[in-house]
Amino acid sequence: MKNSKIVFLFVMLLCSSMVIAQQTPAPKQTKAISIEGATAHLGNGKVIENSLIMFDDGKITFVGSALTKIARIGEIIDGKGKHIYPGFILPNSTLGLVEIDAVKATDDDAEMGTWNPHIRSLIAYNTESKVVESMRPNGVLLGQITPRGGRISGTSSVVQFDAWNWEDATVKTNDGIHMNWPNSFTRGRWWLGEDPGLKANKKYADQVSEVTNYFKASKAYNKGSESITNLPFEALQGVFDGSKTLYINANDEKGITDAINFSKENGITKVAIVGGREAYKVANLLKQNNVSVLLQRVHSRPNNDDDDYDLPYKKAKLLVDNGILVALQASGQMERMNSRNLPFYAGTTVAHGLTKEQALQLITINPAKILGIDANYGSIETGKSATLFISEGDALDMRTNIIIHAFIDGRKISLDTHQTKLWKRYSDKFKNQ
Amino acid sequence: MIKKHFLIITLLCSFSFYAQDYFPKNDGVKAKNTNYTAFTNAKIFVTPTQVINKGTLLIHNGKVVASGASVNVPKNAVIIDVSGKSIYPSFIDMYSSFGVEKPKRSSSNSRTAQYDASRTGYYWNDHIMPENKAVNKFKYDSKLAKTFINAGFGVVNTHIQDGIVRGQGTLVALNGNEGNETRVLDASSGQYLSFRKSVTSRQAYPSSIMGSMALLRQLYLDADWYAKGHSKTKDLSIEALNLNKSLVQIFDAGSRANILRADKVGDAYGVQYIILGGGDEYERINDIKATNASLIIPINFPKAYDVENAFLASTLSLADMRAWNQKPANPKILADNNVNFALTTHSLKSPDAFKAHLLNAIKHGLSKEKALEALTTIPAQLLGKSNMIGSLKNGHQANFLITSGDVFDKKTKLFENWVQGNQNVIKNMNTKDITGDYEFSLNSQTYKMSISGESNKLKTKITSNEKVRGSKIAYKDDWVNIAFTTADSTKQKFIRIIANVDSDKNLNGKTIMPNGNEFSFFAKHSKKEEDISKEAMKKDDAESEKVFPITYPNNSYGFSALPIAETLLFKNATVWTNEKEGILENTDVLIKNGKIVKIGQNLSDNNAKVIDAKNKHLTSGIIDEHSHIAAASINEGGQNSSAEVSIEDVIDETDVGIYRNLAGGVTSIQILHGSANPIGGRSAIIKLKWGESADNLIYKSSPKFIKFALGENVKQTRHQNGVRFPQTRMGVEQVYVDYFTRAKAYDALKKSGNPYRKDIELDVLAQILNKERYVSCHSYVQSEINMLMKVAERFNFNINTFTHILEGYKVADKMKAHGVGGSTFSDWWAYKYEVNDAIPYNAAIMHNAGVTVAINSDDGEMSRRLNQEAAKSVKYGGISEEEAWKFVTLNPAKLLHIDERVGSIKVGKDADVVLWSHNPLSIYAKAEKTIIEGVTYFDLKQDEIKRSKIKHEKSELINMMMQAKNKGLKTQPIKKKVKEHLHCDSIDNDYQH
Repeated sequence: MKNSKIVFLFVMLLCSSMVIAQQTPAPKQTKAISIEGATAHLGNGKVIENSLIMFDDGKITFVGSALTKIARIGEIIDGKGKHIYPGFILPNSTLGLVEIDAVKATDDDAEMGTWNPHIRSLIAYNTESKVVESMRPNGVLLGQITPRGGRISGTSSVVQFDAWNWEDATVKTNDGIHMNWPNSFTRGRWWLGEDPGLKANKKYADQVSEVTNYFKASKAYNKGSESITNLPFEALQGVFDGSKTLYINANDEKGITDAINFSKENGITKVAIVGGREAYKVANLLKQNNVSVLLQRVHSRPNNDDDDYDLPYKKAKLLVDNGILVALQASGQMERMNSRNLPFYAGTTVAHGLTKEQALQLITINPAKILGIDANYGSIETGKSATLFISEGDALDMRTNIIIHAFIDGRKISLDTHQTKLWKRYSDKFKNQ
Repeated sequence: MIKKHFLIITLLCSFSFYAQDYFPKNDGVKAKNTNYTAFTNAKIFVTPTQVINKGTLLIHNGKVVASGASVNVPKNAVIIDVSGKSIYPSFIDMYSSFGVEKPKRSSSNSRTAQYDASRTGYYWNDHIMPENKAVNKFKYDSKLAKTFINAGFGVVNTHIQDGIVRGQGTLVALNGNEGNETRVLDASSGQYLSFRKSVTSRQAYPSSIMGSMALLRQLYLDADWYAKGHSKTKDLSIEALNLNKSLVQIFDAGSRANILRADKVGDAYGVQYIILGGGDEYERINDIKATNASLIIPINFPKAYDVENAFLASTLSLADMRAWNQKPANPKILADNNVNFALTTHSLKSPDAFKAHLLNAIKHGLSKEKALEALTTIPAQLLGKSNMIGSLKNGHQANFLITSGDVFDKKTKLFENWVQGNQNVIKNMNTKDITGDYEFSLNSQTYKMSISGESNKLKTKITSNEKVRGSKIAYKDDWVNIAFTTADSTKQKFIRIIANVDSDKNLNGKTIMPNGNEFSFFAKHSKKEEDISKEAMKKDDAESEKVFPITYPNNSYGFSALPIAETLLFKNATVWTNEKEGILENTDVLIKNGKIVKIGQNLSDNNAKVIDAKNKHLTSGIIDEHSHIAAASINEGGQNSSAEVSIEDVIDETDVGIYRNLAGGVTSIQILHGSANPIGGRSAIIKLKWGESADNLIYKSSPKFIKFALGENVKQTRHQNGVRFPQTRMGVEQVYVDYFTRAKAYDALKKSGNPYRKDIELDVLAQILNKERYVSCHSYVQSEINMLMKVAERFNFNINTFTHILEGYKVADKMKAHGVGGSTFSDWWAYKYEVNDAIPYNAAIMHNAGVTVAINSDDGEMSRRLNQEAAKSVKYGGISEEEAWKFVTLNPAKLLHIDERVGSIKVGKDADVVLWSHNPLSIYAKAEKTIIEGVTYFDLKQDEIKRSKIKHEKSELINMMMQAKNKGLKTQPIKKKVKEHLHCDSIDNDYQH
């Protein structure tokens, strides 16, 4: 109990010292930093107790034990009793595309139409979003900004969460195409007097062949040279040449199986299943085809009344145990504001079977690999970007996820937000009364 | 009125054969047939229990004159010998819409809600129509009548199946020969009611089942007030209702849960409804029995699901699969428990399907005697017509069936169904059974012929010289036509026979050869021995149906028997007391008789089950101040105030959300009304006693609460064209001022002793003024929070709790001064405009300002991990762990005024405790045992066992369904019920039109 009081004081102090305007992106790293004595969770499964991490000019220059006899560079941060993590990565996110769910004017996440591979999220990404900045005090520092809707929703890009504009924010442009696999079930339209339950989708086969035809047409177009420009077809090119990943939103066993077979037949090599509610039932198929999974929100209710109460909590383990590359995401109701709970989604998988370091991988190196940014991000390794943070304690547990410093590409970013500002303002109001 | 209508209808029926005596006749002489008809040598079921083995039934002028072993048959009697056959009273269906056209859905396409009634001079709510009379809309439907008659029915009760109060029904004999003057047995045979709104009106209220309940209650009060002459205005609906009071009251409930709801409404006003059930009564048979209501039971048993597609089959729920397996046993279980019930064809697509379902019920143990009662004497008795229909006693209507034997046997043929002395032939009982073997010769060649099958689709097999010939037979009215091929199989040439069947079943006639030559034909009949297929049938019948045992509740994770309270001793736990003792290490806690009896070290008790809690944490159970699980409806948004409705009326104890919340360490919740209107409905405060009946979940002498709501939801921000007052926060204030001003005046009048119109809504609001009911108010922004406190202060009461209260941190000092608590989300925001300034530090700031703070869920997902939500206050705002834990236990208990009983580990309090694997605030903590009043409702190890049982039972049921399909039984496509995930904003789809 004493401990938390100290933490409280510390955080209070921290905040009062940061009166600079929130949302002002940090300048380039000009001074090297060495963090000494902390427990470093590298994100690749390894942990270094009493570690020494050094970085300069945005890159990590040393990762090792604090007992190593090596010159400390630049500013030294005492990390004793603290924990270091690579910045958490949130795939399949609409952060910055919508500000307030219920206010249509702030809503830019889903374009009209069915076949939208050419629709790009990046240029609509709002770096000034109050919701985006609220990610940082929880350690969520990178995200894949993804359009929604349609059969093919559009093209995503990966950004970091401390930027002046979308160009600054870009980590990887147009990294993948996102699509929604046809549903095996349709819902009755109760407003027409139909049973509101789910029933088999009679149009499923037709919808699947529409998808196949669209991809075949696109592939043929991209082989030719005389065609009139077709923007959607062109945008789809990347999934055939392997420069883009195809993200297929599919949830049920059959849909996932069909989606994987579809990708194979069409020579699409980089594939990730998004959602994957029943992916654990087809783990072998996923493994054989090297398909990764961006798993549905861990904090969800089981889909069926008969399901184990903890099924959503333990799905990550069921997949990881089968050797599948899994990352967590937050899509669903109220997904943006909930995204800051990403570390706690990972923490929950620990209560249901994974080790803490395995759970950490679900939000660091694994999404980095899936998004194709692992050369620079996703783990604390020499040569990689210094995108990391220091927490008072275990960052997967909300009791101890108290972040004192965070860095993106070596830049020490502000942990202030619209919310911390209000906190301070009203705490002061009552203190002074 | 009634007479007038009668006349008109009778005039319309000018086709009738036997017009009434005083009617003129212009197409011939009056020729009345007053002969008797006597059915002799029959086995007569005078009643289900009074059977004459060989007797005579004598009828005259559509009525039974006598039935008995020795009856004097008058000379002017036509005698029909029915030896070997049985006579039963025709069946009665007391729940139908026979001959009454289905009311048409209101055609308006407007998307704007309608709040006011469409009519004047009637009750203020369009869905109340006691003035309706089925007889005014009745038109004899001969086509449907025929299917009823073929299924054995002679009399049906019909009504307009529309609305909450539906007016008078009509009892009709299925007499197609005469007019309404004869066939209408009673034009006011009962009053019908339901919870469903009329399709003919778009009036929004009531939009939920609890609204329908409240509306009925208020209607009964208003009817009483009106009857006493207090009303200054005319109300034709109430006048009709008061007139209908003496009639039988028949309520369409449609499910086990709604039977209990309907009965509750009726009981409070001295009305005992006869209730139409749903076929699921067996799930809580004791509760059903306790209503003392007579029931009308549909037998539309579900078909097996088509489970061939394994992907689809995996989406089926155990509850739906069990329903297929268990529902056919419902009538037996009702009978075994002495519940008085009639059977109905209601909910069947057509009466055609009735017999197959009934036989299924009998196969599942319903006795034939009970079945017959449920179709004859009981409906007659329930309709108050025991002196007229339902048996073959003297003077009763001559409505009876002539069958080849036991009416409830699969093989039995229903020959005739007489209604009011009019014969309806279904199968000619004089048709000779020509199945058997024949021999004949043609051109000195001998042929063998065997005839088999039902009389309308016979098959023949003709052999000669061991060679089978292709053959065909047709049989009608004692004449057979046979054609068979010649010996030369290379050519298609036929020998034809036409022959008459004599009384010995021999065939007499002629043969026509392919060349046109004719010869006389004679074939002698000899009866074959019973074939083996009958043996096989018997075996099939004898095969007892495997019915899976029900659980409590009867879905996955239910208990096979209700668990009981135990004496439990937790050893060496870390105990979070929530009391001044704080968190105690290595401490024992003893639970006995549902209470916490000892806390200390080295405790022992000889009778206690000892639980090793070393390295584990024991806490009081989590309490969720704001939940919407376990309710059949949440919002009554049909008006801007719905204080008259109560969530206690609509608790759904089968919601698996209860079990899942237990798995998250939750033991008590407040189920709040939604936030559709400024004054919402009353709450239910319940314990999550999984398996118990709905009413047993509610706290005993529960504190009274009501939900209020402010802001975007109540001003209908997201409606395209809001027409309901208020549409702004300014209007919201005036709603409260108006209602409380009126409630104050109402209360004063009530207390004055002068007569007053009892108004449930104002009564509830007066309770608030009298500090007998607490307000929990959904709120977001500071202006409205401040406003409501000021309104309350003006009327001299206090708001008890602001729930959500996301800007509470801006007015925490004012809240403290007012004395209101705050029950908030840990970190929700940005989902609508009014939560733009919501911050996760809210709980901490309010707490630091001295406000009693709780963290709530409003969400069936989040409520499963409220411990984590509490832990967020450690992160956001630095609350100590001990205090943070109180945010989800002791503090909500205080806000709900149940902290005398729950909320901490203290000697004398209810033993509502949770054993956690880790520090309960940790993300790594799992609830291992969740205990309420000493009963273990969730146990991690038991949960494992339940999982494997579910898997096993589902596999077995899938196998049984595949067997059913292989047997050739019809199946239904797989559908998955989707339970709404209810939030504040949820509207009940089912009750929306």
